[in-house]
Amino acid sequence: MSIETSATVGRFGPFGGRYVPETLVPALLELEEAYAAARADPAFGKQVTQVLKEFVGRETPLTPAHRLTAAWGGAQVWLKREDLAHTGAHKINNTIGQVLLALRMGKKRIIAETGAGQHGVATATACALFGLPCEVYMGALDVERQALNVFRMRALGATVRPVELGSKTLKDAMNEAMRTWVSQVQDTHYVIGSAAGPHPYPTIVRDFQAIIGQEVRTQSQALFGRLPDAIIACVGGGSNAIGVLHPFIGDKQVRLVGVEAGGHGLNTQQHGASLTLGTEGVLHGSRSLVLQDENGQIQEAHSISAGLDYPGVGPELAFLVKTGRMEIRTATDDEALQAFYEVSRSEGILPALETSHAFARGAELARELGKGKHLVINCSGRGDKDVATIAARGIPAAITGNKS
Amino acid sequence: MSGEIAAAFAKAKARGEGALVAYAMAGDPDLPRSVDVFAAMVEGGADILEIGVAFSDPIADGPVIQEASERALKAGASLKRVLNEVVPEVRKRCPETPLVVMTYINVVMALGEEKYAKLAREKGISGTILPDLPPEESVGIRAAFDAVGLDLIPLCAPTTPPARAEAIARDARGFVYCVSVAGVTGMRAELPVDLSSRLELVKRASPVPITAGFGISTAEQARAIGAHADGVVVGSALVRAAHADGPAAARQLCAEIKRGLKR
Ligand SMILES: Cc1ncc(COP(=O)(O)O)c(C=O)c1O
Repeated sequence: MSIETSATVGRFGPFGGRYVPETLVPALLELEEAYAAARADPAFGKQVTQVLKEFVGRETPLTPAHRLTAAWGGAQVWLKREDLAHTGAHKINNTIGQVLLALRMGKKRIIAETGAGQHGVATATACALFGLPCEVYMGALDVERQALNVFRMRALGATVRPVELGSKTLKDAMNEAMRTWVSQVQDTHYVIGSAAGPHPYPTIVRDFQAIIGQEVRTQSQALFGRLPDAIIACVGGGSNAIGVLHPFIGDKQVRLVGVEAGGHGLNTQQHGASLTLGTEGVLHGSRSLVLQDENGQIQEAHSISAGLDYPGVGPELAFLVKTGRMEIRTATDDEALQAFYEVSRSEGILPALETSHAFARGAELARELGKGKHLVINCSGRGDKDVATIAARGIPAAITGNKS
Repeated sequence: MSGEIAAAFAKAKARGEGALVAYAMAGDPDLPRSVDVFAAMVEGGADILEIGVAFSDPIADGPVIQEASERALKAGASLKRVLNEVVPEVRKRCPETPLVVMTYINVVMALGEEKYAKLAREKGISGTILPDLPPEESVGIRAAFDAVGLDLIPLCAPTTPPARAEAIARDARGFVYCVSVAGVTGMRAELPVDLSSRLELVKRASPVPITAGFGISTAEQARAIGAHADGVVVGSALVRAAHADGPAAARQLCAEIKRGLKR
């Protein structure tokens, strides 16, 4: 199952670990132990599977994208439809699992951080479903950008706490959630939303998200009789990417591709490309690749999509990229926007801006692979939450072709 | 081991006092004026100076120190500049006082752990506190520090189980920093009731002095803790005093806390 390679648990090569205040270490040890016990307990697995089926709507389809396939003129394109999971993104797979784990541990309340708001909504949803109080930390800038999701969280009964510090985005929300956790660690579970953070989070989140890739395995066998030739996913912290890619790590014939936020461009310092341009460092409790200056100060990331606006990345992805198992590319804000319209108009799916980054690199990958090959794009979420951001820019004439 | 830290605790003890470890942020409000704050704290009676080096994402800190970090970063207080520009000036003005750096692991990693250890020792630093580096992650860096005689000062939290607390204490360098509250740095009106028994446990296991810190801002609190520990660490209260009213306010607060530490 896992690819932790070094003797130390929670390490992916040099990456991972548990760089947190001592106050949190006992809680992380407790979580590690509780998770190991839950994983070994068939009743827990059954419970998670049942909720995913009855409530989340799994399995999600693997849909053929006929018109994109034709337009791109290369590999057959398939979409793994996490946008069809309840709450509209893959994030729910992890929050259901973690909230059930928290209940098992007897925790009384849940805190979380969120960027795009999808993880916040998914956490609020799981908390509403199981009757736990929920507090979500969100950068003040993201509160503005993702107003719809802020409303959804509040409607679900969660308290949204805007964070006015630093860049007022995901990184600062995560700092604040960690500080809160330090003071309430006895009875509170912190649901981290990406495959990042201190051990055991990267492992827990990856395991709960790996359902995506496991389904792709069975579905691709059923639909085209073999494994895909390549899988592509966007990368913020990396949870949807590791979720869809992890079950294929041992299948060397399957190309694993991640797409990071190129923002305004890699040469502008306004991007979120930590796997592409990051250096080794410690952020939010794990050692990974981070965007930082020569003094070790973390740089602010930028992306048009709040979910990719993060200067760090999960340690397992850092390891996969460093060892060459995974390819990494970037797409700029403009390319993502363009892809958003292309996918909306040719497939009848409004993809999330995060997901649009994966689509933006899909065309060239489909052509590289060529006809007769199969390309899976992980459709990590739907774009409803982003329509205000996108509409504010107006539909570019180049896309409408003068139609309105 | 540096030896200077042990000597400072012993000197305070010989005078019948608990030791005061006084924290300020290097570079707040700018590099030269932070030197004045450190010097003033020693005039007020601080026995050891804790020199904060700012990090952009200080997860162990509350609002007072977070804001000080932001001011220090704006003033350009990188680890290199603190070691090259602040520390030598503080050394000059307070030649008798051991200096300890407090920062986050990423800041040290960026400079290089061994390079930092060497440079810090050269500049007269006796120890280092890294609040996001628990014992499991500190083996390598501690070896690098030990090699040059720079103490890696460990932290112990209220949530740390007794056996783990004893293990941390037994293996400590410099002094043991017992975090008094489960939370981030910042002043607290009340300290936990079981703090004294926790301090006694750590003290029994530790070959080096022990201090309590986080939340302490008054002479009264210092007196209560001084009965069970060799000293106290005061941070946010001093940072706030210096930010609001300048070095003299920090001097005065140090003097007041020292009165609480008289045995
Ligand atoms: C739809 C969607 N995709 C992707 C992401 C990025 O997260 P990750 O990289 O952890 O999958 C987010 C985060 O909010 C999201 O909402």
